[in-house]
Amino acid sequence: MTEVSVAKQDVAATDELVVLKSVNKHFGALHVLQDIDLTIARGEVVVVIGPSGSGKSTLCRTINRLETIDSGTISIDGKPLPHEGRALARLRADVGMVFQSFNLFAHKTVLENVMLGQIKVRKADKKQAEEKARALLDRVGVGTQADKYPAQLSGGQQQRVAIARALAMGPKVMLFDEPTSALDPEMINEVLEVMQQLAREGMTMIVVTHEMGFARSAANRVVFMADGRIVEEAAPDQFFSNPRSDRAKDFLSKILHH
Amino acid sequence: MFDFLDKYDVLGAFWTTVQLTLLSAVGSLIWGTLLAAMRVGPVPLMRGFGTAYVNIVRNIPLTVIILFASLGLHDTLSITMGSDQVETANFRLAVLGLIVYTSAFVCEAIRAGINTVPVGQAEAARALGLNFTQVLFLVVLPQAFRAAVLPLANVLIALTKNTTVAAAIGVAEAALLMKKMVENEAQLLPISAVIAFGFCCLTLPTGLILGWVSKKVAVKR
Repeated sequence: MTEVSVAKQDVAATDELVVLKSVNKHFGALHVLQDIDLTIARGEVVVVIGPSGSGKSTLCRTINRLETIDSGTISIDGKPLPHEGRALARLRADVGMVFQSFNLFAHKTVLENVMLGQIKVRKADKKQAEEKARALLDRVGVGTQADKYPAQLSGGQQQRVAIARALAMGPKVMLFDEPTSALDPEMINEVLEVMQQLAREGMTMIVVTHEMGFARSAANRVVFMADGRIVEEAAPDQFFSNPRSDRAKDFLSKILHH
Repeated sequence: MFDFLDKYDVLGAFWTTVQLTLLSAVGSLIWGTLLAAMRVGPVPLMRGFGTAYVNIVRNIPLTVIILFASLGLHDTLSITMGSDQVETANFRLAVLGLIVYTSAFVCEAIRAGINTVPVGQAEAARALGLNFTQVLFLVVLPQAFRAAVLPLANVLIALTKNTTVAAAIGVAEAALLMKKMVENEAQLLPISAVIAFGFCCLTLPTGLILGWVSKKVAVKR
């Protein structure tokens, strides 16, 4: 019994879910992603940190092709990222995304926001979709707000709804693009707690953030980016206590020593 | 002073004006929306067509379009719009001309509405796996229309007044009646006043009601 489950975990841990190989991207003259190689295993939580303009948000957005890339390959669960059309839409449905600015559909209620993808993409029937939506909203702690419009909710509540909306699709991996950067300080924790819970439940997560506390406690691995390159990859303890690169030492000294 | 009115079917003429307006409004709303969809879409050929259509059509005088519908389509190309009667054919040709013309303005009003929808809304929709058509019709356009109610009200008011051009091809609406009355009666001022009042009765409520609707449906962000 124990042996079997251990063996399973081993397989899971080596199973590559998201693979980026020598990815390059330019914004005009700016070489924003330079030869990025990154592999994320199933069930792994990877936190991407780095100074502003280092390309970490862009990296996150290339994984579901909200940003195109100039060269290199990205594959998800063994399948290369399609360029356009139906195949791309199908793949995006398997990749949950949470944005800095929430981006809840402003003309729909909270409940409708969480139901839309299930009904239109997953072709679920309305009743099932509503049940699942309500369960997810309860899980992220905004069940009582289901019939309100996004503008009536606080930032923290909106972001938790956005997480529920992404989870409703049953994604293989969740991308978080600075999910707490637009929040008032008092609301950051309620969002981080939901993310911690997700991480504990084994969701594969790629999180771009400035929350070092979250990186320490929830991440399996920290990826440090600067000037379009991955400068350092390490376990959080090792990275925060003993960074190898000068760039990372400099970055950490500026944010940690107050 | 207004005795002469008894001899004319003023209400009937304005009813024709209303019919011209409503049919053209519905037609140009549909065609204008499709044009706007083309102009924001990913297919270069459709984008080019939409852009060319709007820039050509909105720069041609409506009179030319309506006259072409009658002289070109009807008389030369024998397109009768499914009617043997000249009156009905002319009415339908006028509606066609008004739709062709007005949809260019509807398209631009909707496109302005689309520009008020933050780009993140479409990104979030795409990230859920919705395709282009779904993103447009489920997320972007519903919000764009709410923002476009006021500009669309302007287009509708302009359309109501533009129906008078249909008089040029003999459609028996308010302006043609006015012409007839001016020829037969000596009371130029009362005639003008009656017709002007009639149009105000149509357009003032349009502006007021749609102004109220615009506030009512506005998307709160």
